[in-house]
Amino acid sequence: MANPNKAKAERGVMRWIDDRFPATSMWQDHMAKYYAPRNFNFWYFFGSLALLVLVNQILTGVWLTMSYNPSAEEAFASVEYIMRDVEYGWLIRYMHSTGATAFFAVVYLHMFRGLLYGSYKAPRELIWIFGMMIYLALMAEAFMGYLLPWGQMSYWGAQVIISLFSAIPVIGPDLTQWIRGDFLISGITLNRFFALHVVALPIVILALVVLHIIALHEVGSNNPDGIDIKAKKDETGKPLDGIPFHPYYTVKDLVGVAVFLFVFCVVIFYFPEGGGYFIEKPNFEPANPMVTPDHIAPVWYFTPFYAILRAINFSLFGLDAKFLGVLFMGGAIAVLFVLPWLDRSPVRSMRYKGWMSKVMLTLFAISFVILGVLGVLPTTGGRTLLAQVCTAIYFAFFLLMPFYTRLEKTKPVPERVTG
Amino acid sequence: MKKQLFALLFAMLPVAAMGAPAAGVPFSMEPDLQDKASLQNGMKLYVNYCMGCHSLEHQRFSRAAEDLEIPQELVEENLIFSSDLAFNDQMHIAMGSDDGANWFGAAPPDLSLVSRLRGNDWVYSYLLTFYKDPDTVTGVNNAVFDLVAMPNVLEPLQGVQEKVCAETDRPVEGTEPDTLSGKYQSCETLQVTQPGQMEPEEFEEAVYDLTNFLAYVGEPSKLQAQALAPKVLIFIFIFGVIAYLLKREYWRDIH
Repeated sequence: MANPNKAKAERGVMRWIDDRFPATSMWQDHMAKYYAPRNFNFWYFFGSLALLVLVNQILTGVWLTMSYNPSAEEAFASVEYIMRDVEYGWLIRYMHSTGATAFFAVVYLHMFRGLLYGSYKAPRELIWIFGMMIYLALMAEAFMGYLLPWGQMSYWGAQVIISLFSAIPVIGPDLTQWIRGDFLISGITLNRFFALHVVALPIVILALVVLHIIALHEVGSNNPDGIDIKAKKDETGKPLDGIPFHPYYTVKDLVGVAVFLFVFCVVIFYFPEGGGYFIEKPNFEPANPMVTPDHIAPVWYFTPFYAILRAINFSLFGLDAKFLGVLFMGGAIAVLFVLPWLDRSPVRSMRYKGWMSKVMLTLFAISFVILGVLGVLPTTGGRTLLAQVCTAIYFAFFLLMPFYTRLEKTKPVPERVTG
Repeated sequence: MKKQLFALLFAMLPVAAMGAPAAGVPFSMEPDLQDKASLQNGMKLYVNYCMGCHSLEHQRFSRAAEDLEIPQELVEENLIFSSDLAFNDQMHIAMGSDDGANWFGAAPPDLSLVSRLRGNDWVYSYLLTFYKDPDTVTGVNNAVFDLVAMPNVLEPLQGVQEKVCAETDRPVEGTEPDTLSGKYQSCETLQVTQPGQMEPEEFEEAVYDLTNFLAYVGEPSKLQAQALAPKVLIFIFIFGVIAYLLKREYWRDIH
């Protein structure tokens, strides 16, 4: 069913293509005539940067796959082979390992933007949910990727995380064995994680990114004022506060890309290990099932949730501490999915919300960072208490949201974007 | 003074040296991968004193020769001792790991990545802090790796080092410094009591070279990274300036 209103090129090769494939209309719908609010600020760089990092991960990942050997005997040595004997292998590998860190950095900032300006609120609930699914898939992708170098921390980090599933009553022990494919983490686990990391999850992530963007372009982008730019249009039907994504935001995002790449390359060339936080020191030793490292810490982007897991050191309602910890950790991620329905504020942007929302978001952000720091440190009594307080704040931010967003007095929202 | 005495305090050191952070070791060193003379000397020392037991499974002779600017003939004549090894081979050893485990109690580990696993400061401190200890099998112990199975293979160069009671600049836990000199009294200070072939400063330099070489072996690509980085960063900077000017031009009519 060809749509007669679809934009087509007048003549030539493009016309030939347009008669068979909606190239021109797609370009216009998503780029040249996709009207984005003109008041995007700093926080709006991270969506396009996430896409850039995704492309980086896929391209460098493909090249790494050409020389990596996913067997327990050869994996570690093949990574060193890439680092030393493959032309520019070190660069490709560091682009990939640093890319993982960059991915989470930009995604966290991108998500924070959503919290700041209410980008998850109606009619953008599905954009948020697709985004959360991307985040979930990304965590699985990163976790499985971290096993592949087959270093000590790869092995024992995976051991800790997989063993979490054993806390699930009744099916736990069988489930962990099913995930590992063996009685302990072995070459079989490595092989299946490799398959999931390089084939299954990238497909899932790419599909979700497409859904995320289609949903976004269906309802249009939010903005720092959280107002609907489609409410005010000129006589031709263009939003008065909207500007075509291309060329305005393509050139603006290019500036963001340059700044990002500069920082990214400084890390790649000068600090690829990130002080032991991007590539942990024990990972320079091959996996050894007989020797447990002194201190096992996940990579930085998982540490807030790891801190929540460890903060739960008490039993409750007949549930033991370990299972309860797993529930809290899972809950910390699950609660993000229902965020659009927790926020009952009449306004979207933090600019016009009341003081309670502002205080709660600030406390939430601080708690998240503190949890992240605590997650890399060994536990002490004081630290566990702090982690418990931060966990309480983390959940309070979400679970009290229906109340404080309704109770507080909001500021009047302007009719037009404020620049 | 401090360095001459190889002073250090055990109170500051973790009992288990496994994965000890740089903060827990007494000495620090900054590798200099541009100092080819140091790296060459480090390789010479490694091949002569370490490679009997410790392989560098990931390091090729040829790559080291290229990066350290040593001619192939020199490497083949002076640094490759085994007839089983060729110029393009990795720096394997003949000793099997089972033999190592039988002879020393623990198989000598491959050291390709030791500088990245434990850090340069650790390697440097470890090599400097062997001391005489009659209670151990080898007759020596180590300040950063307690009860290590390895004998002090550098002893002919260093001489015999012992724990003595002496003054030190390093703070000693639980004691106050001398009010006049500001120094601490410690019976955990290391001092060379029987001289070796090298003077203490000379030995320290040799250990620096050896550690420098191991730092290079841990990540040979660092040389390439150091060479490539400025070019890439300048390119991105120029790209950024052009992108910014382009953005400014396009956005002129928006605000």
